[in-house]
Amino acid sequence: MSWKLWSLKKSPWVFHVNTGACNNCDIEVVNCLTPKFDVERFGIKLVGTPRHADALLVTGVVTRQAAPRLIRAYQQTPKPCVVFAIGACACNLGIFRKGYHVVGPVDKILREVDPNAIIAYVPGCPPKPEAMISGVIKALGAI
Amino acid sequence: MKISMRKPVIPVGPVHPLQEEMEYFQLTIDGEIVTDIDVNIAYNHRGIEEISETLQFDQVPFLVSRICGICSASHPLAYVQAVEEIANITPPERALYVRTIINELERIHSHILWAGLAGHFIGYETVFMWAWKYREPVLDLLEEITGNRNNYGNVKIGGCREDIKPDIIPKLLKELDLLEKKMDMLTKAVLDDPILHARLKGVGILTKEDAIKYAVAGPTARASGVPIDVRRDDPYAMYGALDWNVITQEEGDVFAKTVVRLLETLEAIKIIRQALKKMPDGPVMTEVKDIPPGEGCGHVEAPRGETFHYVRSDGGNRPVRHKARAPSYVNVPSFKASCIGEEVSDAMITLAAVDPCYSCTERMAVLDSQTNALICGFEELLRLSREKTERIRKGI
Amino acid sequence: MNDQELRDEIEKMSNKLIAIEQPLRNRYFLSCESQNAHDVCRFLFEDVRARFVIATAIDSDDCYEILYHFAYDELGTIIHIKAHIRDRENPSIESIAPFLPGAEWIEREIHDVMGIVFVNHPRLERLILADDWPDGVYPLRKEAKR
Repeated sequence: MSWKLWSLKKSPWVFHVNTGACNNCDIEVVNCLTPKFDVERFGIKLVGTPRHADALLVTGVVTRQAAPRLIRAYQQTPKPCVVFAIGACACNLGIFRKGYHVVGPVDKILREVDPNAIIAYVPGCPPKPEAMISGVIKALGAI
Repeated sequence: MKISMRKPVIPVGPVHPLQEEMEYFQLTIDGEIVTDIDVNIAYNHRGIEEISETLQFDQVPFLVSRICGICSASHPLAYVQAVEEIANITPPERALYVRTIINELERIHSHILWAGLAGHFIGYETVFMWAWKYREPVLDLLEEITGNRNNYGNVKIGGCREDIKPDIIPKLLKELDLLEKKMDMLTKAVLDDPILHARLKGVGILTKEDAIKYAVAGPTARASGVPIDVRRDDPYAMYGALDWNVITQEEGDVFAKTVVRLLETLEAIKIIRQALKKMPDGPVMTEVKDIPPGEGCGHVEAPRGETFHYVRSDGGNRPVRHKARAPSYVNVPSFKASCIGEEVSDAMITLAAVDPCYSCTERMAVLDSQTNALICGFEELLRLSREKTERIRKGI
Repeated sequence: MNDQELRDEIEKMSNKLIAIEQPLRNRYFLSCESQNAHDVCRFLFEDVRARFVIATAIDSDDCYEILYHFAYDELGTIIHIKAHIRDRENPSIESIAPFLPGAEWIEREIHDVMGIVFVNHPRLERLILADDWPDGVYPLRKEAKR
């Protein structure tokens, strides 16, 4: 295993990007950090900029206005990185499929700029914090 | 030589680490003082009103509960009340009690969430962690009643999807007792803390005239001495039959908003206890026939203020027009009145004090490089805000 | 103010209104032409001291409708003002934002999604559509939905 992959899997730092979500997934992401779930004990830490991050937590449908900003955040993240599509909207748009201002889902937008992007999906509306933690562990185990 | 003096601008957003959503504030400053503010929103616009017109009447509640994750009981309730007004449907009394209880549980967890975030913004990490810990049992209760921690999807036209089962009630009452003690402690800790008094009093004042002019709603209005509360003014569900108080404060500053929210949590516990006691037996759904042509509106006091839904029907099975207004839509523009003239280190908590919710407002913010702009991010503002708290703490 | 006094207040405006409907005790629907809407809103806000809630734009069969929703909280009453804009080619109406800053955003939003011009608006710029959204495409108009 290259040391880059090793360092990705060891205590992944995550950056959270909201691309037009309803706030539910976002609150649950923050919930993961608070005492009941406390993912910081596993070394998972929310950081302030994509340049410090190993993984992106993307929530939301990707609206037309947010798409360029999502791409920019992805490009700023050091590679290799894992992108987590959190919630039904980010995975496949869910109930917002027909919206005129929606250009997502997340994988479609990111594959346009990087066909080899590593994308993990955590479905649910919203996914419970347990589901998010399990998704992160499974994805890192699969790399 | 002429030197052009361009005012420094602080862009905040759109992607920044601590607020959950994309939004973009542009603070123009003169020294330490904020002289202008511009809010750029467009990032979270999903076109919900248009999608709603492609769904059937009974599908729309599940869409509107996803307008905002924290108001996911209030939006469907307002929509359902609008449709019930068109079709003249009266839900069974038990369903109205269930709606009341779910909405008050939502208010509790939303207000605690805000208290935690506010603590985070001024450098009280302990308050953040403790408040969010107190919030968890409420989410567990909601999960037990409706099947989901958020996005309950419990309201339907003509009643409720899930009843509150009798075997949950003892647990609910027990958790409420525990929560009341914790909230009592948190409220007292906040109200008695000299540092918080020094830090939050007189900061970000929204005067009563401005509150009326900007038509603000909810705790933001009540903290400025505008005593509006839909639950009392136009009673829906079972609020008219219960005994509770509308909390108002006159000052309009951040401290007043904190007080309103914390005391409302205690009122909400009171409401739920009474509702559980008075709740009659019976069904929670009534039969719904076609929705006739007509128009109606429903409004509900969400944790952040009044949500307003207007629905027009032409007798078909879909709404012809559905307008949703979330409270943040009127609360956020009031930054213009409350933020200007404040210090930069106070801007953060002033912005946070209305509990802005951008998915409600259906917007996001754009990040454009500003020419000659002083780049100073959200973290910088957060640092300034915390340093000020620290200075005050040392001074006391 | 009680219900009857509110009704009397509203009837003071009847020369500017086409119709006053009251389907329920606390719901009013007032219809007017677009040129009178500004005066009616101003009267409700400044004299009746009702609270502005929101405005809705509707693409009706033969006209555009702007609905201004006001709340009179003392009585829990909602007053809807329906302004009909008959000119479908160049729809415009006078802005209420100069005296009611709470209406600034919603007028910008209606301008975005329905293409209605608010005359005298302090700052009629794009609010909720993306920067690269094409000009002249209004997603809530009927022709856009087809």
